[in-house]
Amino acid sequence: MKITMAHGSGGKATAELIEDIFEKSFHNPVLAKMEDSAVVPGAEKIAVTTDSFVVTPLFFPGGDIGRLSVCGTVNDLLMSGAKPRYLTCGFILEEGADTEELKKIAASMAETAAEAGISIVAGDTKVVEGKGGVYINTAGVGFVPPDVSLSASSCEEGDVILLSGNLGDHHAAILSERMNIRNTIQSDCAPLNEMVNALLESGVKVKAMRDVTRGGLGTVLNEFAGASACCMELEETAIPVSAQVRGFCEILGLDPLYMGNEGKMTAVVAAGDAQKALACMKESRYGENAAIIGKVVSGEPGTVLLRTPIGGTRIVTVLYGEGLPRIC
Amino acid sequence: MTDIQSYLKAYDGQPLRLMEVCGTHTAQISRCGITGMLSPAIRMISGPGCPVCVTVTAYIDRLVALSMEPENVVATFGDMLRVPGGSQSLNDAKAAGGHVRMVYSPLDTLKLAADDPARTYIFAAVGFETTAPVYAMLLEEAVSNGISNVKILTSLKTMPPVIDWICKNQGGVDGFLAPGHVSVITGSRIFEPLSEKYGIPFAVAGFEGPQILAAIYALVRKSGKAGVMNLYPGAVTEEGNRTAQKMVDKYFTPCDAAWRGMGSIPDSGLLLREDYARFDAGSAGLNDDRGANARCRCAQVLTGAISPNECPLFGSACTPQTPQGACMVSMEGSCYNYFTNMRKR
Repeated sequence: MKITMAHGSGGKATAELIEDIFEKSFHNPVLAKMEDSAVVPGAEKIAVTTDSFVVTPLFFPGGDIGRLSVCGTVNDLLMSGAKPRYLTCGFILEEGADTEELKKIAASMAETAAEAGISIVAGDTKVVEGKGGVYINTAGVGFVPPDVSLSASSCEEGDVILLSGNLGDHHAAILSERMNIRNTIQSDCAPLNEMVNALLESGVKVKAMRDVTRGGLGTVLNEFAGASACCMELEETAIPVSAQVRGFCEILGLDPLYMGNEGKMTAVVAAGDAQKALACMKESRYGENAAIIGKVVSGEPGTVLLRTPIGGTRIVTVLYGEGLPRIC
Repeated sequence: MTDIQSYLKAYDGQPLRLMEVCGTHTAQISRCGITGMLSPAIRMISGPGCPVCVTVTAYIDRLVALSMEPENVVATFGDMLRVPGGSQSLNDAKAAGGHVRMVYSPLDTLKLAADDPARTYIFAAVGFETTAPVYAMLLEEAVSNGISNVKILTSLKTMPPVIDWICKNQGGVDGFLAPGHVSVITGSRIFEPLSEKYGIPFAVAGFEGPQILAAIYALVRKSGKAGVMNLYPGAVTEEGNRTAQKMVDKYFTPCDAAWRGMGSIPDSGLLLREDYARFDAGSAGLNDDRGANARCRCAQVLTGAISPNECPLFGSACTPQTPQGACMVSMEGSCYNYFTNMRKR
């Protein structure tokens, strides 16, 4: 069945769509009440975030828009030290969208939400004219334990920078699909609860964490260096990138430092805790390729430097433009 | 390699200005931090080897005009979308209702055209010897599959004439890091007449950091003498890729071409042959090059006359977010690379 404008009317067709797909996929006691808003137990420090997902194609190697829409918001909550609890989802469906695909997307969201320990407690559906596209907005709520305080402005000289795994897998997987390039690159799309919990519960002094999404590692570390008025130095050879993604980047003139990821995080920790933090990451799900990639050094505040394999040094700035393939 | 690095860092001979012609070399030199590994007496300067950067505004204006006609769709690479024309970029045209599609490969245009026979798909065919064979392939496919609603607007250029122009009009270049991708197609021998004519060395280089360093070392050692050194023998032969050359000859013929800031250079471009003129979306005579910002000095940057950070607009009015000239748009552009890597020299 295809989505029609009637599915966005608020009438019978809308109710059936919600019952058949969304309620069935996301079923939980809060959502089942179907009130105008979900009433949930609270806490003193609440983390709230929202994100919209407009990716094409809807299904790609290693994930789909549904898994992405949960992971993106869950990871944003995790990076502020919160325990993710509740998720809302708003669907904007274009006329002609396929309900079978929608079922798969909802099932994928439900599965990912279960993995991330978050309940989908409220939602909304709108239908617009178009060509069968699906767009999802998710908002997340999490609770921050009283003793957790993370901030991009907390980095200081001597701290060590870690990365949880290979850069660029998601970006390369999506581009490969769009460009019809055959390879085995899979998106890294994943919720990072286990890794963050392990880090925070291990006693490691974590100064700042950030998931490495659009804009890539280069942009994230510039945000840290700017907020903390510090200088960061990276070792290019220490930054993990798979051989396939490296080759893909070389062909297209892309830089892994600016590739988007959906299941990678970077953390800045106190120097004495670096090895312990690395062990936590490596032992966690999705962290097997974690590495120490650099440190906070004395130098021009707000700057990120990269030592290249041939012994040169260059400044890494934020991403400018869109990270598109070059033309020759 | 350590010896080469030590030599280049300690070099205290005659000051040398070496031009990397190719945009990919410019990007790699920045990415590897190579300028910081050289003695102050060795200065790398960027040349006219970024195809987007040397495109004149008349070409962009023509694409913009074509995109506004209801029966057309202009298909192009991502970086072309943001290049300013006389008053608008293709992105501006798109926002104003123009039909513009970004593609990842020229051949994608064929599928778009085949799926939408009511409209004509015009590909913005920009590039050098490297990309010309791909456009020839596009036409070959269009001919053999009977796709008649696809055209190209060419801004195709060839390297030797512009290097000649720089030596003749600008001078001050002590050696050329010859473009590796171009040389794969043309062969290294194509640079021999220029090397002899001006008595300066050429080194054909690959794109890895050590390959670039080796080529710079070769140029420094051979400074003041003619000679073409092929340091990319795995990919480049003396004769080049004959098959690709034949494909280009089949569809294109040399023509005078306008280069941004340099005016028209005789026989420095490629135009569709008469037999295939039906695929041409009006490429001839696009010579006008009046940018929206008269203070933009891309022209001098492209010929190595000034460094990007000597342009009064660099980093203030002109950034990758607000490019005033093409050199700040392309990832291979000299200004873009100096800005994003905060290169000082």
